[in-house]
Amino acid sequence: MNNKILDIFRRESAVIPVVSIIIGLLLGAIIMLIGGYDPLLAYDSLVAKIFGSSYDFGEALRTIVPLVMCGLAVAIAFRAGLFNIGVDGQIIMGSLGALIVGTKLSLPPLLHALAAIIFGGILGGLWGALIGYIKAKRGINEVITSIMFNFIALYLSHYLIRNFMPQAGTQRSAMIQESASIQIGWLSQLMGGARIHWGFLITIIAVIFYHIYLNKTKWGYELRAVGFNPDAAQYAGMKVSGVIVRTMFISGVFGGLVGTFEVLGVFKYIAINSVTSGLGFDGIAVALLGGNTALGVLLSGMLIGALTYGSQGMSFGADVPGEIIRMVIGFIIFFVAAPGIVKLFFRPLTNKMKKKV
Amino acid sequence: MEGSSVTKADIALELKGITKRFPGVVANDSISFQLKRGEIHALLGENGAGKSTLMSIVFGLYQPDEGEIYVNGQKVLIDSPNKAIDLGIGMVHQHFKLVEPFTVTENIILGMEPKKGMKIDIRGASQQVKKLSEQYRLDVDPMGTIESISVGMQQRVEIIKTLYRGADILIFDEPTAVLTPQEVSELLDIMRRLVAEGKSIILITHKLKEIMEIADTCTIIRRGKVVESVEVAKTNPQELAEKMVGKAVNFKTEKEPAKPDGILLEVKDLVVEGGKGKNAVDGLSFSVRAGEIVGIAGVDGNGQTELIEAITGMRSIKSGEIIMQGKSITNQSPKAVSEGGISHIPQDRHKHGLVLDFTVSENIILQTYDHPQLNERGFINMKARDEMAARLVREFDVRTSGIDTKVRSMSGGNQQKVIIAREIDKNPQVLIAAQPTRGLDVGAIEFVHKQLISQRDQGKAVLLVSFELEEILNVADRILVLFGGQILGETTPESTNDQQLGLMMAGKREGEGAHE
Repeated sequence: MNNKILDIFRRESAVIPVVSIIIGLLLGAIIMLIGGYDPLLAYDSLVAKIFGSSYDFGEALRTIVPLVMCGLAVAIAFRAGLFNIGVDGQIIMGSLGALIVGTKLSLPPLLHALAAIIFGGILGGLWGALIGYIKAKRGINEVITSIMFNFIALYLSHYLIRNFMPQAGTQRSAMIQESASIQIGWLSQLMGGARIHWGFLITIIAVIFYHIYLNKTKWGYELRAVGFNPDAAQYAGMKVSGVIVRTMFISGVFGGLVGTFEVLGVFKYIAINSVTSGLGFDGIAVALLGGNTALGVLLSGMLIGALTYGSQGMSFGADVPGEIIRMVIGFIIFFVAAPGIVKLFFRPLTNKMKKKV
Repeated sequence: MEGSSVTKADIALELKGITKRFPGVVANDSISFQLKRGEIHALLGENGAGKSTLMSIVFGLYQPDEGEIYVNGQKVLIDSPNKAIDLGIGMVHQHFKLVEPFTVTENIILGMEPKKGMKIDIRGASQQVKKLSEQYRLDVDPMGTIESISVGMQQRVEIIKTLYRGADILIFDEPTAVLTPQEVSELLDIMRRLVAEGKSIILITHKLKEIMEIADTCTIIRRGKVVESVEVAKTNPQELAEKMVGKAVNFKTEKEPAKPDGILLEVKDLVVEGGKGKNAVDGLSFSVRAGEIVGIAGVDGNGQTELIEAITGMRSIKSGEIIMQGKSITNQSPKAVSEGGISHIPQDRHKHGLVLDFTVSENIILQTYDHPQLNERGFINMKARDEMAARLVREFDVRTSGIDTKVRSMSGGNQQKVIIAREIDKNPQVLIAAQPTRGLDVGAIEFVHKQLISQRDQGKAVLLVSFELEEILNVADRILVLFGGQILGETTPESTNDQQLGLMMAGKREGEGAHE
């Protein structure tokens, strides 16, 4: 057992991210030193912010949930050889779905929330599947379509909210009915009002689903085959176009669910923003750092979520601007994406180890 | 030492005790050899014997863990291909590294463009290319684009590329694998001219015939070690093969005469479109009976790929019919064709035959993963999968460290065994094998041929498409010659020979060749 755990960390796939994280944090510290800040105090207040109170811990979890989900959305597409940068649009479609069901329908509490989640998830999924369909049938690059679909989704949401679900005098939609809320009231109270919702549980289920679907089922097998070598998959008789559409649907569902969580569990409305949330792009970072595996995405989502939330503490505790943490995350992703540079750092180390053997 | 009779100045390249280890394997184990100036030195070995690793070290792509390299008597450290080029070492890769839409000259100067002020001096460069082409009689048009010239010409471009960079030592990596018989003899002439001009050549190959024909010395490598360096004049193919494989080899594939039965696969007036509106397959008709191997001979690009893709459902057909056991399978999906009893060993095993990043067991189930024995309500039965893989690895003697090994890390021969195991285990009625021994060594070729013949003997219909005359003559019972998408003639191995067949492959009908 002990050996197995060691093996996981010995593999290059885990070594590179871990080293990247360390280098990223060190570089962040150096920049703070140059700026005349105290990095130890800064990182200390970052950690203190996350674990400081039950409210903060709950809110940190709330930050982590959408990052993990977005990470899964990007990762599953990656594994099929697709680059879904349209998660933002799928989030919007998911939140629109949740908003429509949440404001327009009247159902008993549990059922209402469930209907809103399912409708939002499916709407996000279809939005993703549409990108997949255009790719599979017409060969149009998914990077281009998915980013364009982000804008279509954004302005579609503005149109629908303004015309059908407006809150008079504000730049946001009407509130969802209380019966559609997925907040966990008792836990929220216990945690000082932190916005804890059932999406947390759904995210854990999604991580497990991702692992099983990809590694144990025939659909996951097809997905990986298509991702590694679509030609061979086609020669073996697999329907590559079907796999692409199916994968983009699941990817879109993950994104759509994020949207439903934000509407049903956190804000209760959609604000009319001029830009998309950007969560989908954070998802790319999470997937990359997590190596597109279930456990990896979960861990990297937790790290990036914790850093993001904890950065607020840095500005309070050490007077360090929170943007530093965005830089640290940027460094980490940079080094993960350029593993050759990381290997340079520990080449002398491995050489020494080799000589000992 | 053997080298004592030669003076130092005669040695163009010397390797001393080169050792290279990869996790789990010793790819090169203390390899030493000398390349004399002006000789053609063949490097013979099976796939995975360590030839490519060794040449990658010489060309600066890998660093040896131990050992020394001497160029012209000077000890050198080759830490990048650029360094190798500076030292006058050039490599003609097996897979050409050319930019298709660029002209010959543009490809040759790529990376070291001669400048005239701010502009690239294309005219000067093309004159230089032309001069090199004339000097070695390579007959290359400097202004032609790569996509418009033949594979043989593309290879010559690669040769000029190394000469243009001032190479004195040329490494040829399996240079004849992609060539037609005529192109091969032309290439051998070119190599002779290069040597006559004072160049030294290392020829990586496992084709004994070529070694016998052109090489002066042959170093045999087996499992990362040098077996022996021999003078080619003092040896014979049988001896070389035995040294390479480490046991006695049978060249002539032994088989009983075929006992053909009813027609299993029939192709009628097949027309398949290629690119650019031309018909790649242009009115083909033939049939394959149970218990016979029909060989399709022909030079690459005469409709073989399109024919196979049409039969296996990968490409839709324009007109005609494909009939399997009396039922039409025209324009069916690849899945339906495969389930209907046609197995296919694809020509390009890396692109079409395998998912290289999958393990052996994952590749074994590539087509049957959704069959009841492997699939339980959508979940893959891992136990059944691994049992199946372990059984096939045993039955087909796949050399691998385990069924969880990624196929990418295995040798070409063993990769091919995985494909053959998978395809034969489906128990097909018709087996289509396209270039099944491409890039394989003697031992693996023998294995593949035996498998094809054993399928025939079990009453299967086998369609063998190959560019290798020897293979067709050795294995097939009936030979169809494909030229320009049509069948130019039918013959049997007994009533023809490689010269006659070679002429037919070049488009001359039977009997026509005599007029030349």
